[in-house]
Amino acid sequence: MQLTLWTYEGPPHIGAMRVATAMRGLHYVLHAPQGDTYADLLFTMIERRDARPPVTYTTFQARDLGADTAEIFKTACAEAYDRFRPEAMIVGASCTAELIQDDPGGLARALGLPIPVIPLELPAYQKKENWGASETFYRLVRALSGPAPAAGAPRRGAEGRRPLCNILGPTALGFRHRDDVTEITGLLGRLGIGVNVVAPLGASPADLARLGAADFNVVLYPEIARAAAQHLQRTFGQPMVETVPIGFSATTRFVEEVAALACVDPAPVLDEHGSRLPWYTRSVDSTYLTGKRVFIFGDATHALAAARVARSELGFAVVGLGTYTREFAREVRTEAALHGVEALITDDYLDVEAAIQAANPELVLGTQMERHVAKRLGLPCAVISAPVHVQDFPARTSPQMGFEGANVLFDTLVHPLMMGLEEHLLGMFHEDREFHDGAAPSHLGPRARVPEPVNTVTVAAPAAGISWAAEAEKELRKIPFFVRGKARANTERFARERDLALITIETLYDAKAHFGR
Amino acid sequence: MNAHAPLPPAPAEGCGVSVRQERGQRAVFCGLTGIVWLHRKIQDAFFLVVGSRTCAHLIQSAAGVMIFAEPRFATAIIDERDLAGLADMNEELDRVVSRLIERRPDIRLLFLVGSCPSEVIKLDLSRAASRLTRRLGPGVRVLNYSGSGIETTFTQGEDACLAALVPEMPREAPNAPPALLLVGALADVVEDQFLRLFADLGVGPVHVLPARRADALPPVGPNTTYLLAQPFLADTARALESRGATRLAAPFPLGVEGTTGWLKAAADAFLVPQARFSAVTAPGIARAEQALAPHRARLAGKRVFFFPDSQLEVPLARFLAREMGMAIAEVGTPYLHRAHLADELALLPAATRVVEGQSLDAQMDRARAARPDLTVCGLGLANPFEAEGLATKWSIELLFTPIQGYDQAGDLAELFARPLLRRARLEV
Repeated sequence: MQLTLWTYEGPPHIGAMRVATAMRGLHYVLHAPQGDTYADLLFTMIERRDARPPVTYTTFQARDLGADTAEIFKTACAEAYDRFRPEAMIVGASCTAELIQDDPGGLARALGLPIPVIPLELPAYQKKENWGASETFYRLVRALSGPAPAAGAPRRGAEGRRPLCNILGPTALGFRHRDDVTEITGLLGRLGIGVNVVAPLGASPADLARLGAADFNVVLYPEIARAAAQHLQRTFGQPMVETVPIGFSATTRFVEEVAALACVDPAPVLDEHGSRLPWYTRSVDSTYLTGKRVFIFGDATHALAAARVARSELGFAVVGLGTYTREFAREVRTEAALHGVEALITDDYLDVEAAIQAANPELVLGTQMERHVAKRLGLPCAVISAPVHVQDFPARTSPQMGFEGANVLFDTLVHPLMMGLEEHLLGMFHEDREFHDGAAPSHLGPRARVPEPVNTVTVAAPAAGISWAAEAEKELRKIPFFVRGKARANTERFARERDLALITIETLYDAKAHFGR
Repeated sequence: MNAHAPLPPAPAEGCGVSVRQERGQRAVFCGLTGIVWLHRKIQDAFFLVVGSRTCAHLIQSAAGVMIFAEPRFATAIIDERDLAGLADMNEELDRVVSRLIERRPDIRLLFLVGSCPSEVIKLDLSRAASRLTRRLGPGVRVLNYSGSGIETTFTQGEDACLAALVPEMPREAPNAPPALLLVGALADVVEDQFLRLFADLGVGPVHVLPARRADALPPVGPNTTYLLAQPFLADTARALESRGATRLAAPFPLGVEGTTGWLKAAADAFLVPQARFSAVTAPGIARAEQALAPHRARLAGKRVFFFPDSQLEVPLARFLAREMGMAIAEVGTPYLHRAHLADELALLPAATRVVEGQSLDAQMDRARAARPDLTVCGLGLANPFEAEGLATKWSIELLFTPIQGYDQAGDLAELFARPLLRRARLEV
């Protein structure tokens, strides 16, 4: 058993729902107890969809357990087909139905429906939402994309027509998937590359049957589409581009890679990229961003991208990097090493909370959950990854990917920080009644910045055996709040390493000289 | 739970209401959702769901905006090691509870909340609760109830929770004077209003269940009469009766008529003279009438269709029909406790169609065919119906808003008028 306050991912059947809801003409019959229909409102409320998800739940109850739950499933399946007439169907079990072992796949097959029925095996007690989405998409692609072309058959190449690719990975309830697809489709269009199929988002089962017609695949979200793209690579020999175009440099790299695959010239697009990030981040107003300490957590794709953007495109210092996506732990560890930190691979909210507290960042980039932590610790925070809430499915266009995505990222990452002049003045004058340490950045309103007492997290006892002289403590308070935690930790470490029992003003400045800022 | 409860033998008769049962796909919450308000009502209690990732995901999705505050609930997620028998589930549970108590030393009452997975694998949470009470007592008491979807629907989670508290209530002194117990979690402001009204009526002593603190449970015994403030408290009522308490039959305190009928039931039991009753209630009634009038103009003559959600549907339909002049297309309810709702059913307009249970797609077809002016439904249906052109009132809000009593009658009407007002106002 695992004690869970907040969970980063839902169970795997939510991932399957995300794929089914993203598509058209596909229906999902889910063997699940009454109550599991709560998942509908993720789509109708958080993503504000205007139709029910294409999901029929059996919603069995306790009184049904004595009777024939398998019969309930068959009835639900038959009725769903009659009512919705989908092109294809997926069937599966939620966590409770997994325990009663009714075999949805076998039961659905016995109905002999005249459409493809794809059974899903999603182990709810081992796997989670993204795995569920990936597995579902892979099963669908495997079942519907058709067999490999016969040996010796000519590949449907690009002769006489413009190069074509598939865009794989965007789903329902994906963080900014809607606008990422628009942005990347536009980018490919400017390169002269056509989009054959976008899937799962907006695709029908018939569209999946056309996947083989593309020249290559663009995997926008490896968590969801890597398995399917690998299958297509094996089956149709379609190469895949897995560079995720989040950030200016990554987008540039992405453009070069797809251009190479499609044999087109990337230069016109790269010359006229239209991104303001390179200039904004070089303008002198951004100088004060240099070396801002940032902690990053999210799904692997977004965490990796954010780390690169934070360091090389905004000049931040990455002091923490982690992900809840265990499948991509290796990539995240490698990236973390480049920043000189140890990657945090966990889905335990309490571990993340402790790591953020220990790293003393000035900015947290994370998910909805990191907003809780940041709020408790009084730290600025921006959301870069799912899980997210309704405000991160905005009405305005706000991609993360491509050159416009880089513009969005610049604004998003800088916005929560105190602005330069305000920061300077706070460092110089400490007794202003309105602009003081306890006040939030003044453009963010009057929210108190005083952290709640942190009595619920176990932290290492602060420097046992070391005490602060009253004068030194007072001096410490003159250091701007956003680096004060780090200054305190550094000074105590400095004192501990030198066996000093009392920290004086001198010690504080000795430590400052020793460590730099 | 209610699903297994034998129905009272004599259904309400003479009310001219047609009650039909329906079975099929149900778009409702499970009882775990009750935690979302209960953890705020009982200030020193913590709710530990023993279940799956789905359960954790549900509460965190349902908790919505509250998730920025440190909540008093969590989930012990069962994993494959537990199911494969590689880990002793009871040892695992003890370990998780220890970690929790370490983190939250302020907890005085811990509820182990059963879920579908824990019920299906028959994890004995009542034994675990008594074992943990022995270990953690007297500082922490551990109780259990089931909020699983297979046994409970939405508000029935509160019923199960309160029913678990009843055996813990102290025994009333043998020569105790007659006492009144108000049952059901109400907004603090509503509870205070009712306590003032009962004090003015001279009814007392008055206690409430749940109390705001777990160590302040009211006494119960044969001299206790109780008034249900909510219609979904079947098990709690049964538990109170097994301890000798007597239920006062009444409509539920929604709207002027409901509130007056509810107060009157207690006033009669405590032999309050009619003159005093009228004098005490008159100002509240006058204020409520004043507050209701502007909304009546907007709601009168409109047709409303209720999807099943909380068991509040029948009293709400009664209020909208009799006080707001609305027509009732259909009243869906997840369960219909015929005895507790007898007064309500009697007040519904003749020939009102009441449907117990649900077959989702069929009911959606009926709603589309009826083209009601207002559809009361859950958040899974609200936006899809709006997109089809049907005005909706999302029903969960009725649990998260103070709606009972005279001084909330206007707010209650406003909840139903607001979607119509908004539609009239928007020009895009």
